[in-house]
Amino acid sequence: MTLSKRLLIFVPYAWLLALFLVPFFIVVKIALSDYAISIPPYTPTFDLSAGWAGFVDFLSKLDLENFVFLAEDDLYWKTFLSSLQIAVIATLLTLLVGFPFAYAIAQAPSEWRPSLVLLVILPFWTSFLIRVYALIGILSNEGFLNQFLMWTGLISEPLAILNTDIAVYIGIVYAYLPFMVLPIYATLDKLDGSLLEAAQDLGCTRFQAFWSVTIHLAKPGVIAGCFLVFIPTLGEFVIPSLLGGARTLMIGKVLWEEFFSNRDWPVASAVAVILLLILIVPIVLFQRSEQRLREQNQ
Amino acid sequence: MSNNTPFAPWNDEAAVPLIQFDGVSKKYGDFLAIDNIDLKIYPREFFALLGPSGCGKTTLMRMLAGFEEASAGKITIDNKDMAGIPPNKRAVNMMFQSYALFPHLNVVDNLAFGLKRSRMAKSEIDGRVEEMLRLVQLQKFAKRKPHQLSGGQRQRVALARALAKAPKLLLLDEPLGALDKKLREETQFELMDIQEKTGTTFVIVTHDQEEAMTVASRIAVMDHGKLVQIDTPDRVYENPNSIYVAGFIGDVNIIEGRVSHLAGEEAQLCWAEGTSDIRGMAGPKIQKGEEAAFAVRPEKVALSVQEPIERNNRVAGRVEDIAYLGNMSTYYVRLENGNLIKSQVANDRRISRRSVTWNDQVWLSWSDTAGIVLPSGGNPS
Repeated sequence: MTLSKRLLIFVPYAWLLALFLVPFFIVVKIALSDYAISIPPYTPTFDLSAGWAGFVDFLSKLDLENFVFLAEDDLYWKTFLSSLQIAVIATLLTLLVGFPFAYAIAQAPSEWRPSLVLLVILPFWTSFLIRVYALIGILSNEGFLNQFLMWTGLISEPLAILNTDIAVYIGIVYAYLPFMVLPIYATLDKLDGSLLEAAQDLGCTRFQAFWSVTIHLAKPGVIAGCFLVFIPTLGEFVIPSLLGGARTLMIGKVLWEEFFSNRDWPVASAVAVILLLILIVPIVLFQRSEQRLREQNQ
Repeated sequence: MSNNTPFAPWNDEAAVPLIQFDGVSKKYGDFLAIDNIDLKIYPREFFALLGPSGCGKTTLMRMLAGFEEASAGKITIDNKDMAGIPPNKRAVNMMFQSYALFPHLNVVDNLAFGLKRSRMAKSEIDGRVEEMLRLVQLQKFAKRKPHQLSGGQRQRVALARALAKAPKLLLLDEPLGALDKKLREETQFELMDIQEKTGTTFVIVTHDQEEAMTVASRIAVMDHGKLVQIDTPDRVYENPNSIYVAGFIGDVNIIEGRVSHLAGEEAQLCWAEGTSDIRGMAGPKIQKGEEAAFAVRPEKVALSVQEPIERNNRVAGRVEDIAYLGNMSTYYVRLENGNLIKSQVANDRRISRRSVTWNDQVWLSWSDTAGIVLPSGGNPS
């Protein structure tokens, strides 16, 4: 390998090292520390002036106590399970809503498609936080949705949607829809229409042709979209804390409370480390499927 | 029918056509894509639809496949009215221009795709797929995905897949369009061979007149949604019924004039002052005294230095250009009245021994039956 090539590869690695690996090790280190009433609120702290002996002393004070605590207190694994459940259900709901969206865009006249894709991306032009706040205005008891439903006479009492899991699902589907629509659209857009005709010509009904050709060939897009929604949803904090109720258990929310309400940085860090370990599984699976797709396209 | 009888069911009054179009039209909004077409195609025919792009040939084929419905008229296949019958309910298969191979399935699964939807037993499907692989000689590539095949191999998979269900009628949409010239020529003969072996009726859509001439038993030349001429390749070439057909198929010299004599199969055309009239065959729909055009193929025009007094049709001119094509040369000869006539001469000698060169005065001549007098109008394209 030439020097220039090494240099070229060094740049992204240095970037990852500085901005991902180093912070991660800092978090791991805090997770292994103990809570203390001090600034920063944990002990031991790393003291360079004490030299090698100080470093050995520092290492000896690290332990897995916080992880043991997480395992013993059932709040935490219940929260992980509940987050997992919400993320899975929300991903499936986003897929159910997103696929028809993507399909409709791919079926639209070609001169319309760029504008329709732009409309999907348009919400990104406003702050995520503001958009979630706007949902409060829609979903609350006096919100637009309840007002509208009562005006049409469908309901006489306002529906309690805000501060429930339903509001969380609505929020996630709304916020993450573009991440589902875009990869699916990308695969559907490349789909050769004559494949569907060929399937019909060979004996498929319209529905069978759609199933055996369109759905099959959209699979890589569906998988990509599901991962892109599932991974951030699992650790989502803003949506459950603004739209969810007191009983909505999500790991992001717990993490935030440990850090800022309890100021227990070591436990919060331990939660973060476990969340990361849980996320590694879907991320690796996602990378694999992307890799397979690339090989197939070669 | 003995083997010596030429295959020509279209001349047989008793023959039953497989496909029949009765006054079929197709409109897209205000645009008339197919204009009141009547057509019969017989079993075991290799029928070519030929025309420039946008002439309606693909629409005609898609109506047979069931992807388009006729706006007016009736299409019958095997004596059954096809109105309202979807593509999957027709004993018709199509080979698509893009081949439309399923990218996620390997060759075997592509071939089995249609069979699996026809309630065929698993063992039967395997046998049929094997048979198809052998037919197109792709046994070695059975497990490959389409993207691992060459263009020629994909073309053969597409053909085999379309034939797998043993359709009564196979439609081929520009089947060789994506292949290079050499492979295309080889594949043309393969197509004819397969058509003969399977006994399937083939309808091919093409804009390549050479391809149509090579493979087809009959050619339908289309223009603006109408069938201009339906005939065997040799008749379309030798007896075109209009200047359009003469110009679309092969190269042609056109001389405009007025019909001065018309008797049975003979016609004469008065074309320039001070010259004798051109003698040729009488085409359809010409009238004595009316304007007409004489069409003659460049290879039927002889070139000589001496005046060929034994021929009635002879004109003098000057060689303006020579196109050397290796096996033959085309001489562009300017006549005294300004007409440019092409004469194609086989190069039976080495080029260094060529006796005629640029700016030479030469004579062009052709026999009384070499050309045809056609009604004028309809520009050759």
